[in-house]
Amino acid sequence: MDILASLWDGFAVAALPINLALIVAGCFAGTLIGALPGLGPVNGVAILIPLTFAFGLNPTSSMILLSAVYYGCMYGGRISSILLNIPGDEPAIMTTLDGYPMARKGQAADALAISGVASFIGATLATLGLTLFAPLLANAAIYFGPADYFALYVMAFATIGGISGTDPRKTLLAALLGLMLGTVGLDPSTGVARYTFGSFNLYDGFDPIVALVGLFAISEILFFLEQKVQEGKLVPPGRVFPRLSRVKEGLGASLRGSVIGFVAGILPGAGASLGAVMAYSFEKRLSDKGTFGTGDPRGVAAPEAGNNAASGGALIPMLTLGVPGSGTTAVMLAMLISLNIQPGPLLFERSPDLVWGLVAALYLANFVLLILNLPLIGIFTRVLGLPAWGLMPLIVAISYLGVYAITHAAFDLMVMVGFGVLGFVLRKLDFSLVPVVLGLLLGMDMENNLRRALSISGGDFLVLFQSPIALAIYGVTIAFLGFSLWLSRRGSSAVQAGVGE
Amino acid sequence: MIWTLNGLRAAGVTLAVMVGTPALAAECIAPADPGGGWDFTCREVGRLLAEEGLVEGNVQVTNMPGGVGAVAYANVAGKRADDGDVLVATSTVGITQIAQGKYPGGIDQMRWLAMLGADVGVIAVAKDSDMQSLDDLLAKLKEDPTSVVTSGSSGAGGWDHIRLLLLAQAAGVDAIDKIRWVQFDGGSPAVTQMMGGQVGVVSTDLGEIKGFVESGDIRILAVLADEPISAFPDLPTAKSQGYDVTGYNWRGFYTGGKVSDEDYAEWVDKLKTLYDSPEWHEAAKASGLEPVWRGGDEFAAYVAEQEQQMAEISRQIGVIQ
Repeated sequence: MDILASLWDGFAVAALPINLALIVAGCFAGTLIGALPGLGPVNGVAILIPLTFAFGLNPTSSMILLSAVYYGCMYGGRISSILLNIPGDEPAIMTTLDGYPMARKGQAADALAISGVASFIGATLATLGLTLFAPLLANAAIYFGPADYFALYVMAFATIGGISGTDPRKTLLAALLGLMLGTVGLDPSTGVARYTFGSFNLYDGFDPIVALVGLFAISEILFFLEQKVQEGKLVPPGRVFPRLSRVKEGLGASLRGSVIGFVAGILPGAGASLGAVMAYSFEKRLSDKGTFGTGDPRGVAAPEAGNNAASGGALIPMLTLGVPGSGTTAVMLAMLISLNIQPGPLLFERSPDLVWGLVAALYLANFVLLILNLPLIGIFTRVLGLPAWGLMPLIVAISYLGVYAITHAAFDLMVMVGFGVLGFVLRKLDFSLVPVVLGLLLGMDMENNLRRALSISGGDFLVLFQSPIALAIYGVTIAFLGFSLWLSRRGSSAVQAGVGE
Repeated sequence: MIWTLNGLRAAGVTLAVMVGTPALAAECIAPADPGGGWDFTCREVGRLLAEEGLVEGNVQVTNMPGGVGAVAYANVAGKRADDGDVLVATSTVGITQIAQGKYPGGIDQMRWLAMLGADVGVIAVAKDSDMQSLDDLLAKLKEDPTSVVTSGSSGAGGWDHIRLLLLAQAAGVDAIDKIRWVQFDGGSPAVTQMMGGQVGVVSTDLGEIKGFVESGDIRILAVLADEPISAFPDLPTAKSQGYDVTGYNWRGFYTGGKVSDEDYAEWVDKLKTLYDSPEWHEAAKASGLEPVWRGGDEFAAYVAEQEQQMAEISRQIGVIQ
């Protein structure tokens, strides 16, 4: 009852005309920023912070604007994943796996609609979770130690082998390559420089988003150049309007993906990318009949619901503990602090207007995004109608702008091109690029948590198996692998039987 | 088509916002991404310098992340050593990096202008910890340096780590290199891990974790300041418990090594005027900083002394040879 009353007050705050306008503007800006390769929620939010100061917005309105942008970016990230096979931001990587194949089959509109609805389901369920359980969940997240996070990453990597359709050995090799690239830079726990060859530019390692834009966008251009296509289109635009029947196919996957993503979001050491990976691999194991990777609606719905639910979940540790669960929430946290609002255990008591106004705004933002996104599908799919010779240079320009806007370093443009060449070579060799980015992205966190666990124990590896949480995660991982082995045994005989159809 | 046009427009807006308006007198380089402490120092001080009319027009803030400040250091030393319009934000963290040879060149490469404020280091334990005072902690470490797991937001050899070791040293712990240290991505993550029972002690800046102090989830064993701090006058200092150790994480500025004496003196003057204004004291307090002033030659001497102290302890724990 308490919560309902507070939430009601929150809606009163969120429904002020200025805040409503900010929600709509933020959602729209966020969708665009998220859709552009290279620009993701972190820079979207960072870019808008000076504006919130310039307009003299109060803390609540500022947070509402930034959160709307954050949610908008998570919706938008999928658009270029689906249409162009270029993820708009890190958590949207998984959406390329089935989204792009759908677009190639002329089902871009369906894929956009499915992902839009999945995003809505994921984000709304996460907001509901935030409303009901925020303080409770924050307390539970505290008991997740480094060894437990390490187990979580082990689980993620154990499932990576099966995520892309090509040879699992190549997938694992690609993930290993990503892991190796992730070790470049200052070692966070001792400050020792690794593989930097004396270059200060490499001290911070490879920014995953720079690697991502290079691997996906630049390699795509290189492919295009090689094919010397003068006219013609990348993929057929296909239908302009989505079909409801296809959207329905993704509903179950959306619900399952939401739950997994939300859990990953609450854990400050996990985050949206991990949420999307887990949601996708679980869904694949659960319902794959050989269609995943070739344009299965469930393969679009699960990771999209997962990453959107994770971003909602990540607000919980940010607000209740002051611990950011992702790059974006870290920027939002910095802004709250500079507005003299101290996130943490007392925030709910001290600034109920801010918290509940924000929560209410998130509900509204979700509806705005759904309404905003569905009619835009027709426009987005028309992008595919652009001739490739016009679209491709534009993608290059946006990639360069995006990367430079994040890092302000010309050096990173060269890193991006380097990754582009790497991506080109890997694709020539029939490697999937997704595991490379995941290796880079998740590998760093995995290593950090391993190092922390070992620092705590003084170097004793047994610490990894002493926590009941970690043991439970390992148990689930083993069961999961056994289950999929069993499924693949059965699956291979089923496929053989199916050939006769 | 609309998508792509809007795309271009959004990207254009992005650049305009990031680059700021052109042709400005003063520039502040924040050697980090937007949102961090150095970025904040540049933006707050830049804003106040403009508002107080101490500079013409605005102060342009340039983010130049990389190598924990090393990229900006190399850039200023190489290209803008005599540019009297440039301020670069730094803090104790930068000096630690220099002391450990992770910057291109030593402190003599730059002219050190002033510090305007400091975040104060604290030693914290969870509320249900059996350690009630600094003595309890240090006695434990003295008996067995591996008995307590310590943590903070820096890596081994970082400032959070070093100031804890300074305390241990002051208490006569011999094997300070045996003390277990765990790095987290910030003070709050370290504190929450401590509340979850993963680590025993957190050494970090008070500013980031003051919410947990107010809520009573953690107990502060010691504040590493000369005097009790204004926001929390009840918290005991290490000095009052008999250990002469301070651990400020100051925020300040340097400029290029070849900047003229006039330009240097002018900046020190301007920063001093800013420091004396009530607006700065307010802004500092809002962000959890204690206003602390050291400027000009006094500051340069302080930086040199701190650098030496850090190099010495880094050698002792094997971070540098």
